[in-house]
Amino acid sequence: MTLATTRWVGSLTLMAALGMPGIALAEYPEQPITYTIPFDPGGESDVTARFQEPHLEEILGVDVNVNHRPGGGGAVGWSEFQSNAEPTGYEMIGVNIPHIIAQPIMRENAGYETDNWKIVTFFHTTPNALIVPKDSQFETLDDLVQYAKENPQAVTLGGSGTFSANHLGALRLEREAGIDVTYIPFTGTGPLPAAVQGNHVSGIFNYSMLGVQMQDNARVLAVASEERVPALPDVPTFKELGYDIVGGAYRGVAVPKGTPDEIVNTLEEAFAKTNERIAEKQEPLGFVMTDITDGEVDEVMQQLKSAYQPILEEAKANQ
Amino acid sequence: MDMLLEALFSILTLEGLATILCGVTAGLFIGALPGLTATMALAVLLPFTFTMSPLQGLMALGAVYMGAIYGGAFTAILINTPGTPSSIATTFDGYPMARQGRAYEALAAATIASVVGGIIGVAFLLLLAPPLARLAVVFGPAEMFWVALLGLTLVASLSSGSLLKGLLGGCIGMLLSTIGVSPIGGETRFIFGIPALQGGIELIVALIGLFVIPELISMAAQGRGALPESGKLQGGAGSAIMRMGRHIFGKPINLIRSCIIGQIIAIIPGAGGNVTSLVAYNEARRFSRDPSSFGKGNVDGVIASESSNNVMVAGSMVPLLTLGIPGAPPDAIILGVLLMHGLRPGLDLFTETGVLTNGFILSMGFAAMFLLPVGLLGGRLIHRVVVKTPFYFLLPSIAMVTILGTYALRNSMTDVFIMMLLGSVGYFLRLIGIQAAPIVLGMILGVIAEKGYVQTMLTAVVDPIPWLRLLANPLSIVLACLVVLSVATTLLPGWLERSGRMAKVDSDEEKTS
Repeated sequence: MTLATTRWVGSLTLMAALGMPGIALAEYPEQPITYTIPFDPGGESDVTARFQEPHLEEILGVDVNVNHRPGGGGAVGWSEFQSNAEPTGYEMIGVNIPHIIAQPIMRENAGYETDNWKIVTFFHTTPNALIVPKDSQFETLDDLVQYAKENPQAVTLGGSGTFSANHLGALRLEREAGIDVTYIPFTGTGPLPAAVQGNHVSGIFNYSMLGVQMQDNARVLAVASEERVPALPDVPTFKELGYDIVGGAYRGVAVPKGTPDEIVNTLEEAFAKTNERIAEKQEPLGFVMTDITDGEVDEVMQQLKSAYQPILEEAKANQ
Repeated sequence: MDMLLEALFSILTLEGLATILCGVTAGLFIGALPGLTATMALAVLLPFTFTMSPLQGLMALGAVYMGAIYGGAFTAILINTPGTPSSIATTFDGYPMARQGRAYEALAAATIASVVGGIIGVAFLLLLAPPLARLAVVFGPAEMFWVALLGLTLVASLSSGSLLKGLLGGCIGMLLSTIGVSPIGGETRFIFGIPALQGGIELIVALIGLFVIPELISMAAQGRGALPESGKLQGGAGSAIMRMGRHIFGKPINLIRSCIIGQIIAIIPGAGGNVTSLVAYNEARRFSRDPSSFGKGNVDGVIASESSNNVMVAGSMVPLLTLGIPGAPPDAIILGVLLMHGLRPGLDLFTETGVLTNGFILSMGFAAMFLLPVGLLGGRLIHRVVVKTPFYFLLPSIAMVTILGTYALRNSMTDVFIMMLLGSVGYFLRLIGIQAAPIVLGMILGVIAEKGYVQTMLTAVVDPIPWLRLLANPLSIVLACLVVLSVATTLLPGWLERSGRMAKVDSDEEKTS
């Protein structure tokens, strides 16, 4: 423990002192890689990075140091990365959709741009899930939609953050079903289970993981994935129920623009292999593993941008 | 019961006890370093637990958590710097005691209170988890708003001397808490075009800045160490421990009250240890026969703060293990570990995997007990170092550790600048009588109050008079009454004193205690 702390503090000091210079040589990688998570420890991004760390180290043969640069819903870490990181392959950062699409649109100066880096891969998605209390009057999604039609704004849906994956999911439900619900932002996923179990909200729009976690104490009405989530086999998708809502958070990793292709490929492979190894542990928690790379990254980005942009711009106009 | 015994045996191995001992010791030192919080200690430790068995991993985490929360008391008492936010209230009386040469007494009291608090928290968790868990979900946004206001009434009692200055400090703190992306709504506020400010001012950064830097400047200005040279032990360490033991257990009402407060606040999601010790301190002061001695070195203040925050360690596991609701930030990491080992929070955790769960809970009890030897020995060591080191060595060392700690918190130079800036401003504010405590209090509670209020108003969007939703259920009405009562009991004595009816006040206070 003490040893670890010393090593960790030591490496931080070293980084601060040397500004982490990195020279990309033929046999990449040959020095420790910094893997920045722009969120607090304990969240989904962090937990995933902790899963990945030992496998990445084994595959790449060098130390992978996970560190945190939280703040502003990820924006602080991202803006710092885009302005400071060197394209050497020794600095990478976790990226999340829709955050990197929504923040630059909604904020006057988020400090970074949606496309100003090279996204190596999106390694998993966590689809949105609509969860209601166990004793809720809503047995199915239709019950909820019906009630919301008769009582505009009366249905309150909690979720993590504003213009986050959860919020955008709720907004898309409103559009698709032609209803008007009240979205209540909470700070992070932490307070949401209490909000559901204490009946402080009618339901919550959160990720599939929480649905898995709360199976005993709540009811999951629907998940926003293309196919049913393996960990929640009995829960229908929104698509099955007739609403074209597919979305949630995509998590991946990016390196600075201009990083040589062979380095990006090495990282792609390392993450793909890591994914295979940790799938067994992550899938039961409600994660949906993906291996989105190269052209597919742009495709996904385009598709989600066109889905979210009109919603975001309308919201911005109303602000 | 069988499971409990089986769990007990699985801990009582050399390996098990060694894990706990190492965890407590490591936690203690991490907690004692300003900037390194319990949350961070757990996050750093996390990868190492992957190689351990689930029980051993959880034991290590529980022990580090317990040690870190306690370790914060050391720096709080010795150099007026809360090592973790949960020991802010310990500085109020701990440091004055140290300045009077009673540092070791304060440390002994903090240790005994922490041990008792830790064990009581474990007892609550073992015996009362299911009924207590039900209480956890009762606190919705409206209730959180009132809890935050209740905490803010503490500003009045913290500002001995001038209420106005205390309130001013509280307001500064609340304003500081609004910097960055707003918790609800996501607008950026007061960032002046600097993207790095989107993250706001981290509480720990402000804590270090406002507490440590002014203290360092004043030490340098007066050319003195943190503690007076005469701060040697009166009658040896043993007698100090005995004296404190007698004091604490002779009149256990303060300890019992603080533990109960600690437990109740621990299960409220989102309040956590930062608030527990503050509320416990405030109540200890309110019910004391001699409230004016608080803040000037009354050991009861240290006892209230330290017992309540260690109750919180096991206490906040109640909603975590039964409902999957993290009661305090470090719990989120423990939740991650549970999930990683395929353990889903719920009552099954106590039955199907009961040995593991009970083992984890019991190990926290052992960790609490280990605080006694580790704390008393470590306390003597650190105490001696702080007293014996000349200030011209001590001062730069503390300064360096705080800067490193601040940087390490979020790997941010911006945070270091903010810390220095707040520290320098804090020094001058202190000179004009605005203390750090109300400012930090405003920062902690301002956010909770804002979230609670805005969320309640959003929920009530269809109501004809939205703000009535703040008083819509019995619990929020009770809490609102407590706020009014709390304001009245702090303001009334002063008002009566001024109108020359002091004698009457004393008898009033007798009745309420």
